[in-house]
Amino acid sequence: MPTLFDKLWNNHIVRQSPGEPALIYIDLHLVHEVTSPQAFAGLRQAGRKVRRPDLTVATVDHNVPTTDRSLPIADVTAATQVNTLRSNCSEFGIQFFDINSREQGIVHVIGPELGLTQPGMTIVCGDSHTSTHGAFGSLAFGIGTSEVEHVLATQCLPQTKPRAMRIECSGNLPEGVTAKDLALAIIGRIGTDGATGHVIEYTGEAVRGLSMSGRMTLCNMSIEAGAKAGMIAPDETTFEYLRGKRFAPAGGAWQEALAEWRGLKSDDDAVFDRTLEIDASKLEPFVTWGTSPGMVVPITSQVPDPTDAKTEIDRQAALRALEYMALEPRMNIQDIEIDRAFIGSCTNARLEDLRAAARVVRGYRINPGVNALVVPGSQEVKRAAEQEGLDRIFSEAGFEWRDAGCSMCLGMNADILQPGQRCASTSNRNFEGRQGRGGRTHLVSPMMAAAAAIAGHFVDVRQWEFR
Amino acid sequence: MQAFRKHTGLVAPLDRANVDTDQIIPKQFLKSIERTGFGEFLFFDWRYRPEGGPEPSFILNQPRYQGASILVTGKNFGCGSSREHAPWALREFGFRVIIAPSFADIFANNCFKNGMLPIVVSDDQVARITGRAQYAEGYTLTVDLETKTITDDAGLSIEFSVSDFQRYCLLEGLDEIGLTLRHEADISAYEARK
Repeated sequence: MPTLFDKLWNNHIVRQSPGEPALIYIDLHLVHEVTSPQAFAGLRQAGRKVRRPDLTVATVDHNVPTTDRSLPIADVTAATQVNTLRSNCSEFGIQFFDINSREQGIVHVIGPELGLTQPGMTIVCGDSHTSTHGAFGSLAFGIGTSEVEHVLATQCLPQTKPRAMRIECSGNLPEGVTAKDLALAIIGRIGTDGATGHVIEYTGEAVRGLSMSGRMTLCNMSIEAGAKAGMIAPDETTFEYLRGKRFAPAGGAWQEALAEWRGLKSDDDAVFDRTLEIDASKLEPFVTWGTSPGMVVPITSQVPDPTDAKTEIDRQAALRALEYMALEPRMNIQDIEIDRAFIGSCTNARLEDLRAAARVVRGYRINPGVNALVVPGSQEVKRAAEQEGLDRIFSEAGFEWRDAGCSMCLGMNADILQPGQRCASTSNRNFEGRQGRGGRTHLVSPMMAAAAAIAGHFVDVRQWEFR
Repeated sequence: MQAFRKHTGLVAPLDRANVDTDQIIPKQFLKSIERTGFGEFLFFDWRYRPEGGPEPSFILNQPRYQGASILVTGKNFGCGSSREHAPWALREFGFRVIIAPSFADIFANNCFKNGMLPIVVSDDQVARITGRAQYAEGYTLTVDLETKTITDDAGLSIEFSVSDFQRYCLLEGLDEIGLTLRHEADISAYEARK
């Protein structure tokens, strides 16, 4: 009767006392420069060490520039943050993939590509998109800085067990409709608090049909529905991805791991607290119109009219969003013109995402009114993309090709929107000011962002003429 | 961590739903390596005009709400990022209690780590408190974590729920890491098994 989540949870209980949260062991702690400085400072002040430096891996991603990396970081506070992580890792004996290392990248991209992320693990990081790693059949969730300190000191976290929600995705995603669109469709259906208090397990034909990259996109967006975590049971697709990865088990250990991993799935009679069914075959490419990931419609649709809203709260929110986004009710999504495009972020900057975007871009030039950035999720992704000539496809089309980092997803570095600029973005949040104060973000898939950059406005990529 | 037992304070109503962490503390302020210095940047894009200077229409800039320590707001408060800088900013600005119909999980959890109390009450109760805070200048509430009640001077009395464990830690101002380290033997035993 247990779910996959039950199995992961039960396997990691260090101690459980009535009336108290369970103490859960953490198998992998990923660290980056923004949410760790105060945690290390706290450790130092309390005279504590990192309990398991061997289970802790750090890199820099949020603050780093995506150009001119041979130069010192111009932003003094950003440079301080990066330097602080470097010295903390040195002091506490933690493996650190520095800004100019081969392995550097967005923390949720490098974990899987290094084989650090594995089925059956508990994985935490001081970043809400830690849910990405659930694609491997792990329990992966974001934590705040105090909890980062807690894990550094004890390798455990007190946790109250969340409820479990199953999202069953039947059918197959049509051509031109991606995992990103599936994620947006789900959030559009249940809202940004639709899964609060729950972990989501994604099941069904459409999920099985996703590559690891697609599964990571889907799990990544779980937090945008308010979920604690998102997960997909591992299968042969998962094992094939992991085989031979640098930190994945090898030899006899690989066989042992496979045997264990094959048991990581929900029992046939497993019971979930909530279930949602979605028919993936009916989906279209989606575009957010408002200032929350839940304010989303299909590409063939229109910006909603606030007077149609079901509640007063929703109506007020829609009015406010339309004003911020400078959109008119009932205007066609395909009439919305853009100034910028951003292909990047832990949601959609893996090799497969870049290939999909490049396929759209090939043979075309960027619209003269648009400036576009392509930011690979890691230096490894960047190298692989360059080997395939994707960088040339983008550059020849007039897109800027950059180094790896979080970049314009949240604009902590120089990659930001100017007030009023409208951006087709493959990232995960379109809150007011997310990409820069006054910036207008529309979340889409990589193919849709690429197509919009060329057309100068949103288009239905299912009708795209590939060259 | 500072203990929380009972708090009486001025109430400020932020009558919006789904207030996300990018509004609470925009990303450019996350570059600090300290736990302090975030209060002045709380709700930055709403508090200050793009050209500089306070935005007078924003609720927290209005003179009658200066010194507020209890925030009442709409559902799903704190959605978005795991940044603990959000509760840090609220706390440093002066808030110790936030009352809403619902909170995002990570944000609520982060509040408890910082001696702040996020309280869930019904939509009706939020509406009632918001109405009173908007109508009556100097409206205050008393929040008692021991009895789990919210009261005012005009007969309002609301009981709220909070997990026993989180309540206990807040009442005692406990160091959670110290608590976990008391179970060193269990942690070592777990590691030996794996």
